[in-house]
Amino acid sequence: MKVRLSIPEPEGLSAGHLACQGCGATLAMRYALKGLGPDTVLVIPACCWTILAGPAPLLSTGVNVVHSPFPCAAAVAAGVRHGLLARGKASTCVVAWAGDGGTFDIGLQALSGAAERGEDILYVCYDNEAYMNTGIQRSGGTPAGAWTMTTPEGSALPKKDLDAIVEAHHPAYLATATPAYAEDMVRKFKKARGLTGFRFIRVLAPCPPGWKYEPEETVRLSRLAVQTGLFPLYEREGGAFRLNVPVAKRRPVTEFLSRQGRFRRLGADGETALQARVDAAWAALPGRT
Amino acid sequence: MPRLDEDPFLTPPILTGGRPMSANKTRDWRSVRPVLHAEKCTGCMLCWKFCPEACVSVQGERPLIHLDWCKGCAICVAECPAGALTLAEEEAP
Amino acid sequence: MRKALMGNNAAAAAVKLARVEVVSAYPITPQTQVVEALADMKASGEFPGRFVRVESEHSAMACLVGAAQAGARTFTATSSQGLAYMHEMLHWASGARLPIVMADVNRALGAPWILWTDQTDSLSQRDTGWLQFYCSTNQEILDSLLIAYRAAEALLLPVMVNYDGFTLSHTYEPVDVPAQEAVDRFLPPLNYQYALDLANPRAFSALPKPKEYMRLRRRMAADMDRATVTVAAIEDEFARAFGRRYAAVEPYRTDDAETLLVVSGAPASTALEAVDRLRAEGLRAGSLRIRQFRPFPAAVLRAYAGRERRFVVVDRNFSMGHHGIFCEELKSALYGVKGRPKVFGTVAGLGGGDITVELLEEIWRDADAGRLDEREPLWMEDAR
Repeated sequence: MKVRLSIPEPEGLSAGHLACQGCGATLAMRYALKGLGPDTVLVIPACCWTILAGPAPLLSTGVNVVHSPFPCAAAVAAGVRHGLLARGKASTCVVAWAGDGGTFDIGLQALSGAAERGEDILYVCYDNEAYMNTGIQRSGGTPAGAWTMTTPEGSALPKKDLDAIVEAHHPAYLATATPAYAEDMVRKFKKARGLTGFRFIRVLAPCPPGWKYEPEETVRLSRLAVQTGLFPLYEREGGAFRLNVPVAKRRPVTEFLSRQGRFRRLGADGETALQARVDAAWAALPGRT
Repeated sequence: MPRLDEDPFLTPPILTGGRPMSANKTRDWRSVRPVLHAEKCTGCMLCWKFCPEACVSVQGERPLIHLDWCKGCAICVAECPAGALTLAEEEAP
Repeated sequence: MRKALMGNNAAAAAVKLARVEVVSAYPITPQTQVVEALADMKASGEFPGRFVRVESEHSAMACLVGAAQAGARTFTATSSQGLAYMHEMLHWASGARLPIVMADVNRALGAPWILWTDQTDSLSQRDTGWLQFYCSTNQEILDSLLIAYRAAEALLLPVMVNYDGFTLSHTYEPVDVPAQEAVDRFLPPLNYQYALDLANPRAFSALPKPKEYMRLRRRMAADMDRATVTVAAIEDEFARAFGRRYAAVEPYRTDDAETLLVVSGAPASTALEAVDRLRAEGLRAGSLRIRQFRPFPAAVLRAYAGRERRFVVVDRNFSMGHHGIFCEELKSALYGVKGRPKVFGTVAGLGGGDITVELLEEIWRDADAGRLDEREPLWMEDAR
């Protein structure tokens, strides 16, 4: 007798990779590969996954990886797609797999260009909310109040609304995902794989050393990010917006914040302000339709 | 000292990687290890689902944790709804 | 078929003849017409390759890196600031051993803004691991691009074909456009042996150990070293197929010459006229055109040294704090040659100033009379 599994059993990800204990970005890759299947090429710019994909000649993804310089994952991925099409290989899914630095900041121009041209690629941002590979420096994805090595007093600036920026490019598909909702994530990668045109998935990827929490909390924090309303799980296909996890009764954001060392300097006022921002954003969600 | 001018053409122009990363055992990263108490296990496979190492496999109705790669992150222990997993300290080598 | 073509149109014609599969480019003066011509040919169906209108030069080269890794034949063109913006990707393309071909329409670099030609843009890229050719005619632009694909694909190194902005890019010259069948015989389809193989997943450009990196670089250096011989063989084959001969260094009336003008790019054609005028006065003048800058044809150039010969280099480029770049490369190539040939350096025509027959004659006379200082470059202003 065999149990029924909620996500596909075959693994693309190899054990033995070099991720930190409890790495959310590694869970993200594991689920992505389950949804994408073997006929996939990953284009990876400078980020944690440069290391996690394996030092030569090792490979942890089970699918082709084309490493790329930092600012241009989207352009290299578009090139791979055009090159494969020129060679008559239309079935392969070409995926740019970048961190928040390579997406929100240095990679934004190439991302915008590829999105606006409607390049037939899937762009994935695993958002761990700072430059983690270089040792936790602030990025455009760092939320207000968060400690990083370059914001020792807590970041004074709010997180960039990247989804809105990508939405403004009229992508074929846009979705958010996070590891606690593995079934949702696998389904979204499978769905994105089956579509053509520019597709975008942003994965909130908790990072134990960067967010300053114990590795065992990764899935719990990922779940709390959704249940507090900080990170709504939704997708937009064509014109249609759909909230995937409605969260009838949102939990207070403090449950998410208090479990992480990076928000230690936020203070009661900061928490109250954040709760108000989350409440407002949540109320505006249906407006994204 | 070794010199590289004798026959550089023995070196391929690029170095590609295709060997599975599982050649690299990560067991000595951990300070704690998960212990499965089979009598409490309901076979829900959340430990398999949430393992960032992909080092839990499905063996019929039960999970099997491959300790050669387990880094001891303890997500499986934290997420097990039946309390069938506990942590044990690793001895110092 | 003989046509009157601008240099930029000659480049676009070559791209079509080479059956390029992926073009990715961003417009910049004076390269723009290459992109426009390709867009027209794409729209009319004359060019069946893919044409990606990227948002920057950095992405143009990044896109080609991806396409070439997938095994496609690729092309881009740029100039000046655009080439400088690509710099990071130039290193990446050569390190990944991708046979990408690019045309650079030489234009000076800002600040201040400047539209006209000089070679500092491409010569600033000399350490990026690209082969570099400098053309003197529009015919040579077309021919060099075809030769470039053969060289890039034989050596697994990218090739940059350079030509003077406006002087060649926007000037009509008669160009013999070869028949497609003849080009197909000369340039077979690309079969890139390190292309992505979907059945055999691998990582490309993943982190090696320092020792492996050192070996990869040594291999690249060795492949670059053998490029002079490889390119010469391809140029021979080209001459047999099309009746036009090119070489890394092209001599003119050098046999008994006592002082040689050393030039590159379009001014090399002007130098032929200057040499003829000087010869008409009974002076022992000659010229060397350096067509291939990377790899630098040091051994070929050494063969012209000796017999108390003087070299006077005309550089339309400059390395701040040192010399004109061809001059310093020539000096380094001739170091250790018996009799220590004299090498004088002059800098002329930066930012598009004219390099006239008269200017070249004057430079030659000064060098021949020993009026120049070997230790210092002499800056020559356009007289008008």
